[in-house]
Amino acid sequence: MSAILRKIIAPGGIPAWGIRVIASRTYSSSAGGKEMTVRDALNSALDEEMSADPSVLLMGEEVGEYQGAYKVSKGLLDKYGPKRVIDTPITEAGFTGMAVGAAYHGLRPVVEFMTFNFSMQAIDHIINSAAKSNYMSSGQISVPIVFRGPNGAAAGVGAQHSQCYAAWYASCPGLKVLVPYNSEDARGLLKAAIRDPDPVVFLENELLYGESFPISAEALDSSFCLPIGKAKIEREGKDVTIVAFSKMVGYALQAAEILAKEGVSAEVINLRSIRPLDRATINTSVRKTNRLVTVEEGFPQHGVGAEICASIVEESFEYLDAPVERITGADVPMPYAANLERMAVPQVEDIVRAAKRTCYRSVPVAVNA
Amino acid sequence: MNFTSESSGKRIPCFRVLDDNGYPIAGSIFEQVNKEIAVRMYSGMVTLQIMDTILYETQRQGRISFYLTSTGEEAINLASAAALSPDDVVLPQYREPGVLLWRGFTLQEFANQCFGNEADYGKGRQMPIHYGSQKHNYFTVSSPIATQLPQAAGVAYSLKMDKKDACVVTYMGDGGTSEGDFHAALNFAAVTEVPVIFICRNNGWAISTPITEQFRSDGVVVRGQAYGIRSIRVDGNDALAVYNSVRTARQTAINEQRPILIEALTYRVGHHSTSDDSTKYRAVDEIEHWKTAQNPVARFRKWVQGNGWWTDEYESEFRSNIRKQLMEAIQLAARKEKPPIANLFTDVYEENAPNLVEQERSLGETIKKHPQDYPSDVPL
Repeated sequence: MSAILRKIIAPGGIPAWGIRVIASRTYSSSAGGKEMTVRDALNSALDEEMSADPSVLLMGEEVGEYQGAYKVSKGLLDKYGPKRVIDTPITEAGFTGMAVGAAYHGLRPVVEFMTFNFSMQAIDHIINSAAKSNYMSSGQISVPIVFRGPNGAAAGVGAQHSQCYAAWYASCPGLKVLVPYNSEDARGLLKAAIRDPDPVVFLENELLYGESFPISAEALDSSFCLPIGKAKIEREGKDVTIVAFSKMVGYALQAAEILAKEGVSAEVINLRSIRPLDRATINTSVRKTNRLVTVEEGFPQHGVGAEICASIVEESFEYLDAPVERITGADVPMPYAANLERMAVPQVEDIVRAAKRTCYRSVPVAVNA
Repeated sequence: MNFTSESSGKRIPCFRVLDDNGYPIAGSIFEQVNKEIAVRMYSGMVTLQIMDTILYETQRQGRISFYLTSTGEEAINLASAAALSPDDVVLPQYREPGVLLWRGFTLQEFANQCFGNEADYGKGRQMPIHYGSQKHNYFTVSSPIATQLPQAAGVAYSLKMDKKDACVVTYMGDGGTSEGDFHAALNFAAVTEVPVIFICRNNGWAISTPITEQFRSDGVVVRGQAYGIRSIRVDGNDALAVYNSVRTARQTAINEQRPILIEALTYRVGHHSTSDDSTKYRAVDEIEHWKTAQNPVARFRKWVQGNGWWTDEYESEFRSNIRKQLMEAIQLAARKEKPPIANLFTDVYEENAPNLVEQERSLGETIKKHPQDYPSDVPL
């Protein structure tokens, strides 16, 4: 296959498949030099939204007196009082159901799950009530609720505390599913989620809470909001597209650095949103690079990578120069021992090797101009 | 060392106003119901009976896909509704259409929902009997059992924040009290001190599971205390007892900002639904007994007629009137168009998602290209 100059679809142009191409460059890193941890970013977003709208409530286990199991809600009880920051009894089904009912009647609850693993005890309320009510009631019952909390693997917490729920929730119509990576994502997406009239599942990551990222002045403004459903190109490249979300974005960026030293220019896409999935950005990128690696921590079968692969095959098949590579967690419940755990989640080397495989699998001609 | 016994030995007594023959029990204290309300309650109970009979038959004839009756529970339906104000928010299970009827939902509106036609407020999205009406403060029926209970606590929390002179009323059956959501809801409502009334229609059966296999406690009323909730057991087939207890519960819930649990004892005369044949698991004479000797409609009729507010002539005239109205409503509902296909894609989100807009467009094109594969009588 000789290198063919691919026609680049101009923004706004609509090819036969009907994909709208949208320029997806959003706020780039700041020139201001300020840094913020993801935890503080989430805290400030909650604070600002609660201050701006008295119908916003936060509820969950340990969110009040304890300042949050991961201290994300630090200071909020003192500031807004026990009627708006509610320490609930231990019943996910109870407080989720209660929050859904409150949302039905005009409040805007933010429900915190200590980890999304525990959301399974409340999943009927999330799916059968929150996600489907607007549809089933033909618009009479809207559910402006946010379900947030840490998702995916932490470190050494075993099978029942490490599952990634991105694929499960994102398969459900009626929900929106967001996956912030850095502090800017955390602020912009959480604010957007709280303002959104539809139910939003907001998947954070425990290991990212303490990580500090540069943050721009505009991201610090209280009106800052990121659009839901738009991915961000974290690093431009031309040889292979690496799509990731949440913590794996950091790994993908590290992999891109390593690949650059070996002459492979990787484009890293931070999904930011799993539902709606920004297929346009992913497809545009793959049409440019002709190679794709998807990265996720979750289980492989029916995962996010599977959906992205299907989207590419449906819409950009002839642009692929190599089969799509999926990097996922191992198909086992998460083991505890550190060495086993390391083998069960993607590592930077896995991404590097996958990207290289896609680059060598096609007939070795010069990569696309 | 003293273990508290698993049972107190004595069953919690049941509040009653009328005896089996519709006479006020000597010494019973109750708030009087005036003629207007009594007649409206009674005629509502009769309407519900007729609606159930005819719509059940309509399913049997294959004209609607599903139906479930409230036969035997008319008193709970209408009397509890009569005791509430229109501002009180109702979260039903599914055997409480009488509450919606009391609030003004018309026979035509009921029929439209069952037929899923274009006039259905639910836009044809829900199976029959899943009524809902925002303007009547009646939340759309949701099938999974007991999910409405913690949600009711949440709605009550919202009312409490707004300091409204209103409460939430939510219903469940005896089977629903086994769900985890029941326990979470009661506990939650007690801890957050919200104005919600939990009404349990203990009708003896959860499809084929009798209450002897549902729980080991003295019914449902005893559980209230376990959660710190004031509770009462009431004769659910005594319209005046139901009316009185709900009135008092409402006042307490609002004035004291606390939840209340009401266990209304009754009997599910009908099958669970059109997908059930209850003669397979219970005795036919048991059903007959409750249908005749313990019929709540007949019992209340005796009291209403005893006061001179109703006669046998009114009865036959009223019944034939309602029957006629309902038959017309059904004919009209059956003839109305089905909802347009565009309704398939709206309301998934508040604003239509681009992928759904695309799918709708694509479906439209496919139908145009292959009209022979699609029903010609369904509008786009």
